[in-house]
Amino acid sequence: MYRIVSKTPLNPTVTRMEIEAPFVARKAKPGQFIILRVDETGERIPLTVAGYDREAGTVEIIFQVVGATTELLNRKQAGEFIQDFVGPLGVPSKLDGLQNVCIVGGGVGCAIALPIARALHEAGAKVTSVIGFRNKDLLILEDDFRAVSDRLFVMTDDGSYGEKGNVCVPLNDLFARGETFDEIITIGPLIMMKFVVEAARPTGIPCTVSMNPIMIDGTGMCGGCRLTLHRDGKPVTKFACVDGPDFNGYEVDFDEAMSRGTMYRDFEQAARERVCNLYRTQS
Amino acid sequence: MSVKPNLSPKKNPMPSQPPEVRAHNFLEVATGYDEATAVDEALRCLHCKNMPCVSGCPVNVEIPAFIEKVKEGDFEGAYEVISRTSSLPAVCGRVCPQETQCEAKCVRGLKGEPVGIGRLERFVADWHNLHSVQPTERPAPNGHKVAVVGSGPAGLTCAGDLAKKGYAVTVFEALHTAGGVLVYGIPEFRLPKEIVRKEVEHLSELGVDVQTNMVVGKTLTVDELFEMGFEAVFIGSGAGLPNFMGIPGESLKGVYSANEFLTRSNLMKAYEENPVTPIRKGGRVAVVGGGNVAMDAARTALRLGAEKVYIVYRRSMEELPARREEVEHAQEEGIEFRLLNNPVEVLGHENPSDRRDPKNGCVTGLKCIRMELGEPDERGRRRPVPVPGSEFVLDVDTVVIAIGTSPNPLIKTTTEGLSVNPRGGIIVEEATGATTREGVFAGGDAVTGAATVISAMGAGKVAAKAIDEFLSKES
Repeated sequence: MYRIVSKTPLNPTVTRMEIEAPFVARKAKPGQFIILRVDETGERIPLTVAGYDREAGTVEIIFQVVGATTELLNRKQAGEFIQDFVGPLGVPSKLDGLQNVCIVGGGVGCAIALPIARALHEAGAKVTSVIGFRNKDLLILEDDFRAVSDRLFVMTDDGSYGEKGNVCVPLNDLFARGETFDEIITIGPLIMMKFVVEAARPTGIPCTVSMNPIMIDGTGMCGGCRLTLHRDGKPVTKFACVDGPDFNGYEVDFDEAMSRGTMYRDFEQAARERVCNLYRTQS
Repeated sequence: MSVKPNLSPKKNPMPSQPPEVRAHNFLEVATGYDEATAVDEALRCLHCKNMPCVSGCPVNVEIPAFIEKVKEGDFEGAYEVISRTSSLPAVCGRVCPQETQCEAKCVRGLKGEPVGIGRLERFVADWHNLHSVQPTERPAPNGHKVAVVGSGPAGLTCAGDLAKKGYAVTVFEALHTAGGVLVYGIPEFRLPKEIVRKEVEHLSELGVDVQTNMVVGKTLTVDELFEMGFEAVFIGSGAGLPNFMGIPGESLKGVYSANEFLTRSNLMKAYEENPVTPIRKGGRVAVVGGGNVAMDAARTALRLGAEKVYIVYRRSMEELPARREEVEHAQEEGIEFRLLNNPVEVLGHENPSDRRDPKNGCVTGLKCIRMELGEPDERGRRRPVPVPGSEFVLDVDTVVIAIGTSPNPLIKTTTEGLSVNPRGGIIVEEATGATTREGVFAGGDAVTGAATVISAMGAGKVAAKAIDEFLSKES
């Protein structure tokens, strides 16, 4: 059992939790993920590590309530326990030697982009951050990003905060001004990452994306997290849990990944409604 | 006491749920011998002096000795004999391929059927689990610490053998439940999870400490295990990434690896009503492959409510590697074997006029080609060759790929000094399980690639003996 040390709502649907998990905290690096189960009959879900405190032995996760499991997790309070918490899994983001990086985060993906921006900032790199949200109410982590970025662009789709438009608007501006980076690292919804990759493609700047497919074991056993890369014109199957979650964005087959991501959408919706109804009848 | 031997040429049949009933539930197919049947079957043993059966057993269970106890009605005594060499009798009695091991060597098999050794082993283990009240005695500690990576059949056997010798053993398991393939792979209807739980509990009583949620290679490395004071490490991390065929359409929605399909159903209990982990239920299913895992996947699909289940295998029944018993069970339950058929493409729904059509990307069929057997290959198996122009489409909406796995990459990539073969299996000395790194031993699928539960147990046993010798020599 793993204790919830703290719980902070970041917006109406996104929550930050610190979990006591000393073995995971000792090893975690930016870009890696954990798998958790809320209770002893729960499903296994992957969440990317949003931060860690090696001395305190805690790991930070930030999640959006989208399905039954995140709904159940969000009903847990500080001081309570979750059943399982395993990690750190996946390959850490490769940040060595990067001196001038553009970080592009979208929605709850900003939670995962933040530790990468922080690590780069602490290593002395110049960090340009672009973070995008649907609207002002969904904005998260603005101050955290400001603290670790040399430049920060905040975008909302409806213009209710920051600049109006998606994350590609400032990116295209920067490219048009001839700005260049050692690397662009983008984390967020698949459709956003796909557009960031397309915007970056003409520049030839290396572009890394963080994939978050459906997973079960997370240790290279089930193959559910497979995705296709197009490398030198040939399709190559990779597994996000052991080969990723970071991949070369120019190679990723986003359309296939988006299609695979919808496989259980109806099931997830029904499962979440069941959980909500259960709590409604109990209260 | 001289009792007349039972000269019947046939084994006492295994009581089982009728096919039409069991095809729709996840309860165990075989229900097991009762006491009278067990004694009657034990009377078929001739107690050959040279005990050929024992040499056929990878863990050398003293078969005639335990059968003697069954004859006498001393079932607990029989259990004690078996547990001298086997850590998981209730498991082995169910999933061992006895027909190619102990029973293949049985003299009674020369004229008629061999003694039902597996059925008797299962009976004895179940009797013990049901009736025994004797607390397990914890051996006196010998002061040495050993780490075991993975709690599948190899790891559990190694841990059990070492614990019996007084070692302080810690088992590190990556998943949330101990048992490895016994809980994520083999279905409930062949091996009830309650039985695995009891076997693990028995190890805990012996003093084995099982730590779940510990991914060695990630959470801890082998080097760190040594730093923590473990003096030897056994790696039984099992099979890893599933193999795919490399044909178009394998990423469509509705295509599973057998590992994923079985893990969802077994470990995550997706077969239950309103499960928390989703799985495709019903529909028309093609399982590609001819091994035991393919049979498990096909029979699971049937029990999940599929209206039609095919096994698609590119060779003929003669080459099909699954156990006969599993094949017969599958056939009785109505699974159709499409032999000498090889998939060439998974077909999917495409609706260009509506990109939001939820059916887009879902499996609509499996395109196969007919095969015929050609010249024998280097292993003597006749190589299947495609018949030109014989393509056809199997009407299915789910495809399960059960064509094997490659060893798990996590440990080899994080452990210095550990040599692996070109397929990724850890290289060991067969007689000891010793790897190329001192103090590190390995066995099971992590070494061999996908094989059987009992061969993994045999490897765990060999390594336990070698670890004992290695650590006794040191002190």
